[in-house]
Parts: sequence; structure tokens; C-alpha cells
Amino acid sequence: MNIELLTLAEVEGISGREGNFNVKVRQKPRIIDMDKCIACNLCAEKCPKKVPDEFNEGLDKRKSAYIKYGQTVPLKYAIEKETCIFFVKGGNKGEKGKGKCRACEKYCPTGAIDLDQDFQDEIKDINVGSVILTPGFKPFDPSAFDTYAYSQFKDVVTSMEYERLLSSNGPCMGHLTRPSDGSEPKKIAWLQCVGSRNINRCDNGYCSSVCCMYAIKQSMVTAEHTTGDTDQAIFYMDIRTHGKEFDKYFEQAKENGVRFVQSRIHTVYPGQDGCGVKVEYFNDQTGERVKEEFDLLVLSVGLENSKRAVDLAEVLGVELDKYKFADSSSFAPSATNVPGIYASGCYQGPKDIPQSVTDASCAAASASISLSSQRGTLTQERTFPEEKEVAGEEPRVGVFVCSCGINIAGTIDVNELVEYSKSLPNVVMVENNLFSCSQDTQVMLKDKIQEHNLNRVVVAACTPRTHEPLFRETMKDAGLNEYLFEMANIRNQNSWVHGKEPEKALDKARDQVRMAVAKASMLQPLEHLSVNVNQSALVVGGGLSGMVSALGLADQGYETILMEKADKLGGNAWNLASTWRGEQIKPYLEELISKVENHPSIKVYKNARLKANKGAVGDFVSEIEVNGEQKAIKYGIAVVCTGGQEHKPQEYLYGQDERVFTHLEFDREMSEHKPALDKAKGAVFIQCVGSREPDRPYCSRVCCTHTMHSAIKLKKANPKMPVYVLYRDIRTYGSREDLYKEARELGVIFIQYDLENKPRVSKDGDDLVVMARDHILYRDVEIRPSYLVLASAVVPTEHKELVELYKCGLNSEGFLQEAHAKLRPVDMSVDGMFLAGLCHYPKPVDECIAQAQAAVSRASTILSRSVMPLDSIKSFVTENCDGCAICVDTCPYGAISLTDYDVEGVQHKKIETNKALCKGCGICEATCPKQGVFVHGFTNEQIRAQIHAALENV
Amino acid sequence: MAEHKEPVIVGFLCNWGAYAGADLAGVSRLQYPPNMRAIRVMCSGMVHPNLVVEALEKGADGVLVLG
Repeated sequence: MNIELLTLAEVEGISGREGNFNVKVRQKPRIIDMDKCIACNLCAEKCPKKVPDEFNEGLDKRKSAYIKYGQTVPLKYAIEKETCIFFVKGGNKGEKGKGKCRACEKYCPTGAIDLDQDFQDEIKDINVGSVILTPGFKPFDPSAFDTYAYSQFKDVVTSMEYERLLSSNGPCMGHLTRPSDGSEPKKIAWLQCVGSRNINRCDNGYCSSVCCMYAIKQSMVTAEHTTGDTDQAIFYMDIRTHGKEFDKYFEQAKENGVRFVQSRIHTVYPGQDGCGVKVEYFNDQTGERVKEEFDLLVLSVGLENSKRAVDLAEVLGVELDKYKFADSSSFAPSATNVPGIYASGCYQGPKDIPQSVTDASCAAASASISLSSQRGTLTQERTFPEEKEVAGEEPRVGVFVCSCGINIAGTIDVNELVEYSKSLPNVVMVENNLFSCSQDTQVMLKDKIQEHNLNRVVVAACTPRTHEPLFRETMKDAGLNEYLFEMANIRNQNSWVHGKEPEKALDKARDQVRMAVAKASMLQPLEHLSVNVNQSALVVGGGLSGMVSALGLADQGYETILMEKADKLGGNAWNLASTWRGEQIKPYLEELISKVENHPSIKVYKNARLKANKGAVGDFVSEIEVNGEQKAIKYGIAVVCTGGQEHKPQEYLYGQDERVFTHLEFDREMSEHKPALDKAKGAVFIQCVGSREPDRPYCSRVCCTHTMHSAIKLKKANPKMPVYVLYRDIRTYGSREDLYKEARELGVIFIQYDLENKPRVSKDGDDLVVMARDHILYRDVEIRPSYLVLASAVVPTEHKELVELYKCGLNSEGFLQEAHAKLRPVDMSVDGMFLAGLCHYPKPVDECIAQAQAAVSRASTILSRSVMPLDSIKSFVTENCDGCAICVDTCPYGAISLTDYDVEGVQHKKIETNKALCKGCGICEATCPKQGVFVHGFTNEQIRAQIHAALENV
Repeated sequence: MAEHKEPVIVGFLCNWGAYAGADLAGVSRLQYPPNMRAIRVMCSGMVHPNLVVEALEKGADGVLVLG
């Protein structure tokens, strides 16, 4: 209700400034009336014009009347004027166009298409305070690469095309076939870095960050879409699986038999009879040229900005970097050069889903801080009439049977179903609707409820998962409690899946309606639950992420407590010299600390520890110890930024020789003993020290970039000094790749090693000796450096206390677990708790700041209202409960506690459920041997009524 | 024993997993035999063992608990 979607729209101009922009938007006509369209697909079915389906990468056809894909938001069809026969042949202008085609108009059951209107682009002027740019990316077009023969051979496809080939709603319904002859490919190869890390042919010098992971994913998923054994090979330069849990997935792929070949294919030849391909490459291990045949070749194309996105930047005056991505800084990750205009997602550079979702929340936080004084002034809320009291009344059930155009009525005899429904107990009226979900049916439903004095409603139609919210609103509009409603799913789970058996489908529909009526008769009105929100926040941890979170929350207008276990703020950031872009960290850090300590809405507690916690989202109460003193604090949400540390290595003579450093130690050494660099004999960096090992099977994400930075510094200070980097895969993702290139250009020597042949470090007299096996010469190389720098892992802070206090989750490496890796990357599984920074996963400064601001945005969704509504489907305790407490331990959300009560001097026990923590899963209900706890809307009695109804005729 | 016409299976479907999957089967028009009667639950962990027994007692030929 508070989001207005303008589809088919483009920004044409902007004026004004931060806080008061006027944006000129051109909106193309959809032709189909959005209010009337019920997405029945008839227009597309009847439309005679086929055009390439861009969503399926042109691999199959769609119609001119279409939706782009099944999950389109809004789920409304459109007619493409450029290809529609009616419009191409002159439209409704003049005599020529009259009477041509109009199939969609004729068949549309709701009259949503009227082709006689005047369809013109609409120009809108929109007044807004902030603007966020998220135009997304465009996959790289490999047509220009003759090497990969994409344009010549049918069985060379892009990864985007392959994704569609694998998809169950793609052109081959998920049964993988190759384009040339439609057979199932058994041997598939992926070529990495097509259109990325390449300045020779396409000027995309950056790494696209996501292709290694998606290629591995595609190789793993392929097995599910093919029959028998498959042979899969990924040809790569470096495998870059630097995200959370990604490296484990890479290891899994290797175990599953996916071949990883470190080589760039230099030529692709045609396969036999024009099918498949033959590729030629150089085998590093044997030193031989290899020719190998594959049934299908997938080009792992990179990400770039589309021309339209580049044009958008020009219209808005937004500066782009040399790769045409929106320029940003590490300290304000979502800001552009224009105040008030923000960017997120791949518009700023290639990134994966978790990072894009995080950045989107970050942009939302940034865009709303400057508008916080106006919060709530334009929001709308629906009002409903007072609820009618129905408890104690006999059930009067109304049944509405939907035809859904022909979607249901085409299979199930709805008239017969209506007649049958009339015979069911408690049913006082039954009606058939063409589309039960249409706007006019809602008005009719409301009238019928009042006319027949209904107190329960059953709609037999599609699925409650998509349509229950709509009908519940109608219930409220009619003055009924929204929970007195039940659906019978006779479309998704009946007519659509039993299309060839109409008789049996009708039998099933009768049973479904009978079950729904039986349950509806048992439904009781439920209380509307809510929690009062304490509109203040707690931030745990005063490092960079914690301070950015605290400042963001306070700038949004919320009182914030920032607690830090040490005696000063700043954490790891004190040890960092600069970001990967070269911005100096210390001045930023000092300014940030000063802002935090002087902010009127932030209370800073140093030397502070969490001691106890109770309560839940909106209303947490904790005990903390500050300088040995106990304090009680109250807050509505918490952001956890407990950070991590640099791992102290146990190997490579660390701690035994003063020339062996970790990254952070070496940064200090370089700044404190600069003159020594001139005399240094050389430096060696060893990568993945403590990372990507069986004990710690994750990539620490920041070390490769850090090494590049340090190596470049050394080479610039003393160009003659030999600098070696011993590495496994270089993971300078995104534009960080430029640093890798610069290091190579400056003469840094890179030697690859693997886990079986790790470098060896020893002492020979006074010399420090590093032995490594060169991956090209296949010989041991001996280096006697002045510095040995270990790119040591980032390890999380010990979280045991936090986990016990809040019941939050950890992954197997001890990092805090987010609620959903992709879709909720800053929320924790405990409602009202958010996370940011190293406690979640190793990450560089810019990503810490983005995540911290994202946490602010997510927290604001709770803090911005004084009352938070809760769903009413929650557990409740009955008088049968005798406090046996079996359910207490089974509750996955810690929502059940045991309490004592007193009856005439005798002590009894009983459980109590916390409504804010309970998610209504009902595990307690299934565990309880005494019928002492149930979930509203799903009590044993209600489910039993459905079972009995289902089996009535057996 | 009388000739049994068609087996009836009672299915308890988790709202977030199996029920959503059954909906998706519909969207994809995957055809399957119409013998199951689905009961939507908020979690497959919600299904009390007594209910499974009761369904069988009342004549169900099978019970599916799908999470």
C-alpha cells in the first residue's frame, strides 16, 4: 500500500536537490487494464503473434500478450505494442488498423483489454526526497569472441542460456537438451572469465565475482536434470569462492567428480556432424596440448552495465568509474557523487545475491536518514469497521466456488460442486464466481456476508499461500474476524494436476470443500496480537561496524546504547592503514569515534559485558556489567557486531623468528621502520595461512587484496626488491583485480602451491629460507627473504555467551548465522536481532560499513512503529497443562517457559508461551501428551475435523 | 471383504515446504493421481502421532507427513 510500482517506466530527467527532487518519468502503456487483469493467461493463449522470449534468452517463444515470467510483480499481463499484430498493422488509428486481430480483447474474460482507447506514453512528475538507482546488470555478450565460437556453433551457450536450459520453467522444462540436435548432453565444459579479467578483447579488467560460484552451482545442479553419468569440467584461472560457505561447496563439487582444469581454452573447433565442440587447451601438469570433445560448452559470461544504465547515469549526473559502474567510496558505500542519489546492487559493480540484498538495505538506510524527520507523514493505513461478535453463535458458513476462468471450470464441474456444497452441514449459502479474487467479487463477497449473516467463509479456489491475505482483508471489510476463513485449494492442487481425470477431480474437490467446511465450522475468532516496541536499540561491539550501526540508528532518531568490551572504540580498524581503494582509515575512524561519542542519542559503555537477557523483539531487557558495575538496560532491537580477529599462526616459524609477520603486524612494520625497506633482500607472502584448511574450511576473503596492497607498497618503495606471493587461488574479486594486475606489472612473482605441497620455512644460519615448488618449472625454488608475511585467517570472536543469552545460531566455524543466506543476510534467526561485520564472515571495510547500514535499515522496520502487529497463529496453553515441561526443550524458538502458580497454598507448575517468540510451528502441540498446548487455527480438534471429513465416505 | 474402489491417502503438508511444493506442481501442471487429501499444517512437526493413528483407524489407506 505504501509502495507505488511504476512499471514500463524510464527516468527522463531530474531537477531539484537532496530532500526535494522532481523526477520526470515516461511510462509506456501496458494496454491491459491492471485493475481488471486477473492473470488468467487467456490473452497470451489466444494471441497469434510469437516473438523470442527474452527471459529464456531467446531460446523459445512467447506471445505479444505476455508476462515476462511466472513470478512477475505485479502479476499483470502486458501487450507489447512493437510486436502486436493489431498495433503493427496500424492500431486503432484510421481505417487501416480497424478490425485486425483483437483476439486478446475478444477472449479476455474480465474486459481488461479495450483496444479502442488512445494509448500514449504518460509523462509523470514525481516529487521525492531521495533516489535509489538499481538498474541491475547485463550479461556480457560473447558474440565478438571468435575464439569461443559462440556465434558459429549451436552447442556453445552462455551461462545465462544454460541457466534457462536447466530451469524447470525454461524452454525444455528442466529436461536438459542441447540446442543442436535436442539430445541430452553428457559431457559439458564451462569456460570461466568470459568477458571478465580480460583487457585484451573486451576491456573488462575486473573480476565478475559471481561466475565461479554459479558455474559450480550449475555443474552440481546438472546431475539433477540429466540421466545417467555426466562428465563435467570447469576451465578456470583462479577459483573464487570467497563467500560464506562457498569454499565448502567448491570442495563438495570436487568430491562429486566435477573436474577443475586450470587452463584457458585457446581454440574451439566444431564437433562431429555439427553437434558439440572440440576444444584445445594446454595441460599445465603434463605440459601437453590436449584436444577434448564436449557435447556442450558453457561460457561463464561476466557482468557489465547496460547502455541504458549508463545513459541513466548521464541523465542524473551520476559519475561512473572506468568500468562504467557507479562510482562509490568505501566509507559511504551506497552514496553517489550527487547528494540524495544512492545506488546499490550490480550498478556499482558485480556482486552476488547476499551482497546485493545487503547493499539494497544499506541504500534504504542512507536514503531514509536525511528524510527521518518526515517519517510516516505520507504513509497510508487501511481502516476497517468494528468486528462483529460471533463467538457462541452457531456456524453459518458461506461457500464461494471459483471457476478461475477455465482454470478450474475447465476440469471440475463447478455447478455440480456448488450443488454438492449446499448439502454440507452448517452451509447456508453457496455461490459460483468467475473469478473469486477480482475486485468486484470482493464487494459481492462482503454484501453476501452481510445479507446472509455469515460467520464463517470458505473460498474454494487457488492456494491460500497467495490469496488468503486478500480474502482476509475482505473478511475485515465485512466486519468479521479475519481468522474465520478457510480455503479449499481446488486449482493448484486439483484442476491443474488432474486435468485428464475430471470425474476424480470432482470427487476430490467435493472432499476438499467438505474438509474446509468442517474446519471452518471449528474456527474461532482470534485476538489481534501486537507488542509494544521500545523504540531504542542496543549495539553490541564498538568496532567499525558497531559504530556505523549505532550512528545510523541514532541519526534515524532512535536512542542507542553502544557497548564495547574493550576500553576504547575502534576495534580492528585501528590496525588497518587503508582500504583497497587507498582511502586512509585512521582519519575516518577518528571522526567516526568523535561523532559516536558526542552524539546526543548514543550512550557508549566501554569495558562492558552482557550478563543476562530476557524478553523478545520490541521489548528486550538485559543486564550488563560496566566497569564491574551491574546495569539494567531496555531496548527494542539489537545489532550484534562482535567482530573477529586475525588468527595467530602455528606454522612457518611464526613467533620463533622476528622476520615472520602476520598482515597486520607487517603493516605496522612498514610504517614504523620504513628505511629498512631499502635494504631488504626480498619479501615472501604466503596466502591462506589457516584458511581453506580442513580445520577452517573457509576463505578469509580479505587476505589476497591485502597482500596485493602490501606487495605494491614494497615494490614502490624499493623496485629492486624481489617480492614473491605463494598462493593457492588469487581472489581479488571485483575491481580489486586491478591491484593484482598492478602487482604483476610491478614485477611481483606469483607461485602457486596446493595443500599437498605447502611451502616449507626453515633457518639456515641467520637466513630465513622459504622453499616452494614452482607450478610451472615443477622444481623447488629457494628464497631467502628479509620478510615473511603470512596472510593469516580471520577468525570470529568467541560467541558462546551470546548464543546462550539470545539462543542465536552459529555456523560450524563459529560465525553468527543469518536468518537466510541470500534473502535475509543481516537478520538473525531471533526476531529483532541483526548482525554486521566480521562476526558474520570475514569482509573488508566497505562491506562491513554496508552491512552495518543495512542492519540499521532492517532494524528501522521494527523501531519506526511504537506497536508491532503479530500474526495470531500462535500457541496457547490449555487448562490440561500440568507443567510436565516436555515441550519446553522441543520448542526451536525458546518461546516456552515453565512457571509456578499457587492454588490455595498448593504449588503447581504450568508452561507459559511468549507470543513474540512463538512462530506457530506447533511442535509443542505434537509433543504434548495431555492436550495442554495447541496452536490457534491448527488445534488437534480442528485437524481432526479435517481428517474425519476427508474419510467420511471411506 | 468388499472391493475397495480407490485408495485414500491423508497427507499432512507443511505450509512452507510440501504445501508450497504441491502448489508449484500445479503451476508446472505436473499430473499425479488424485488420491491424496491434503491437510495444511504450519510445520510437519505439528502433526500429533495420535492424528496419524486416527486417520488410519478411520479408513485411510496411507498417511503422508510431508515437511
